[in-house]
Amino acid sequence: MMQQAFRFDPVELPPAAKALRQEVRAFLEHNRASLGNRRDYDHAFSRKMAERGWIGMTWPKQYGGHERTAFERYVLIEEMLAAGAPVGFHWTADRQSGPNILRYGTDEQKDYFLPRIARGDLSFCIGMSEPDSGSDLAGTRTRAVKVDGGFRINGSKLWTSNAHRADYMILFCKMADAGQDEVDRHAGATQFLVDLKNSPGIEIRPVINLIGEHHFNQLFLTDLFVPDNRLFGEIGNGWRQVSSELAFERSGPDRFLVLFKLLTEMVRVAGPGPDRATAAALGRLVSQLATLRRMSLSIAGMLQEGLQPLNEAAVTKDLGTRYEQDLPVVARQLFPAEPEIAAVDTYVSMLARGTMNAPRLSIQGGTREILRGIIARGLGLR
Amino acid sequence: MRDETRMLLESMNRLFEDHCTKQIADNAEAGTFPGALWQAVSETGVPLAALPESAGGADAEWSDLYAVLRVAGRFSAPIPLAETMLAAWIASSAGLEVSEKPMTVGPVRADDRLTLERDGNGWRLSGRAGRLPWATDVARIVLLADGPDGAMAVALDGTAGAEVEAGRNMAGEPRDTLSFSGLRVAGDAVAPVVTGVDRAALYRRGALARAVLMAGAMERALDTAVTYAGERKQFGRPIGKFQAVQQQLAVMAGQVAAAGAAADAGVEALSIDDPARQEFLIAIAKTRVGDAATLASEIAHQVHGAIGFTKEYSLQLSTRRLWSWREEFGGDTEWAARVGAYVCAGGADALWPTLTDG
Repeated sequence: MMQQAFRFDPVELPPAAKALRQEVRAFLEHNRASLGNRRDYDHAFSRKMAERGWIGMTWPKQYGGHERTAFERYVLIEEMLAAGAPVGFHWTADRQSGPNILRYGTDEQKDYFLPRIARGDLSFCIGMSEPDSGSDLAGTRTRAVKVDGGFRINGSKLWTSNAHRADYMILFCKMADAGQDEVDRHAGATQFLVDLKNSPGIEIRPVINLIGEHHFNQLFLTDLFVPDNRLFGEIGNGWRQVSSELAFERSGPDRFLVLFKLLTEMVRVAGPGPDRATAAALGRLVSQLATLRRMSLSIAGMLQEGLQPLNEAAVTKDLGTRYEQDLPVVARQLFPAEPEIAAVDTYVSMLARGTMNAPRLSIQGGTREILRGIIARGLGLR
Repeated sequence: MRDETRMLLESMNRLFEDHCTKQIADNAEAGTFPGALWQAVSETGVPLAALPESAGGADAEWSDLYAVLRVAGRFSAPIPLAETMLAAWIASSAGLEVSEKPMTVGPVRADDRLTLERDGNGWRLSGRAGRLPWATDVARIVLLADGPDGAMAVALDGTAGAEVEAGRNMAGEPRDTLSFSGLRVAGDAVAPVVTGVDRAALYRRGALARAVLMAGAMERALDTAVTYAGERKQFGRPIGKFQAVQQQLAVMAGQVAAAGAAADAGVEALSIDDPARQEFLIAIAKTRVGDAATLASEIAHQVHGAIGFTKEYSLQLSTRRLWSWREEFGGDTEWAARVGAYVCAGGADALWPTLTDG
């Protein structure tokens, strides 16, 4: 009989990771003035982290990495997230672009990009979604044509976070001669490393989110030329590559620590001796978070073994976003307030942030429905 | 996982698979103790394995024994295995005789208190122990009571002299309430407990046992539901091909995975010396597993439709246990309140270190 559908082996943090945690906390204490929001794009902060070897820390030394374990990286990023460190500049490059370049890039690409990312010099964004291709990533309409010395690309990308600030984008599209979608939906899928700062043919327009922030963009690619040496991976292998990238994107503690500060503020408002019902409601949230950490750590263990825990990542992200979306719901039941982002009271401000950010959590990086489809496939139902 | 552990679990899996038939479960519920199943389990040495070799045990790791409980939970084994392990732990640590026959242990409820008074060279036991598992079926009942100089362990051979109020949980497992009004107990059946073996420790380990059993029962329920969804056809295809059903089972699978991870974390907490920290981590396990049980059993039934609601079909063996076990040794609301009280006592700024340290 099938006994455990998914694998979440117990792992114990090695001593090096525990030591690193103290080191990171000291660093954060020293840089307290910079802390606030993890999505903030603070190039100077990223450089400071790079100086400590904290970007690309698991990558080979040959490429500017530091050959540290997935556990150490796990500890580093959970400490950064819990503290609200402004890691936006290097986040995507460190989490998924770099690791995928390491896996699928040419030697020249590895030599060029990885040391620059690790030094905190290059930032990346993700060119997957389109106006007519969101969850249905294979339905991408952006097309590349082989031309002399490279490729000519036409199409549009949407919801591209940080495209207005990033140096590079890993673009997902299809070759123009890919054939009919109905025959093989993944045929011709191909990725490119696109220089956003120095390429004619890219127009970037802001898309303001409901909070009033500018993270999203829409990109219009008109006869964009990408040279041969910036083809990423193999022509037609894009689907496999993008799946690998999404496994990196979905597996980490960033999927349940977005609103950690709200939980902290709830504990503050509850005070040292809350009534039983309040204590129980907080206890349920803490129990979920503690379990999510354990599951995510177990995934770090699998990454350390070189595995690709796609199903486990989907399970953890789905549970993580459910928990985070519950946070503002429980908060307003326990401690009612009229939420306002600009409020002086941190709880009231975080309640507003939590309420308004909640919807995106189960959409970005794979919608809840897509993730559950992946889990169902893991159960053998599809 | 160590090779020894793997071999132990494989052999226990086979044993439970062979013995835990639907018939055995039905008979147990009708009042017939599954003697052959107990005999087979007893012969493996597992019930007393945690004891030192000098006391007839095998110095086994508690983590291995809890892993066996997860297998027992998977098969809805209708025997007091966790209770016997815990009774042996208390009796043996107090130097009292243990039995290879089934035992139970108490109190299992946070508010129950038993007291002992000197009476010549013996003792008199008073108080109430609510809903003791299998109390009227077992050969020995090991209880923790407050003596004049601190906590004592008491070993009773059966319920003679106690007022018995028979009861059963929703899965039909015996849960008998015993009341004692100065019951005379011989001197050699009472002994002081050692440090670290007390009512709170029993309550923690009992709650953890229920969490682990539930994790196993949920794995079985998921397996049953996924298999059923692949076989049952409606509208010309297996219901598992419908996205609405797939999404439900995906949610259930997430809860089952979380329950397993939470139970594992609770078992690891046994190696922590600080009782407050241990309690915090076990409280997280009981809370998370209990919450998962609620959602997982609901979905398992929804996927099964009416057949899952019958006595004949086996899903109820798992789900009625889940509904019962989530309340035993403290329900998830009680344990969640302990988790919340612990983090609030530490304060907001200590929340992150509390979650990550250790």
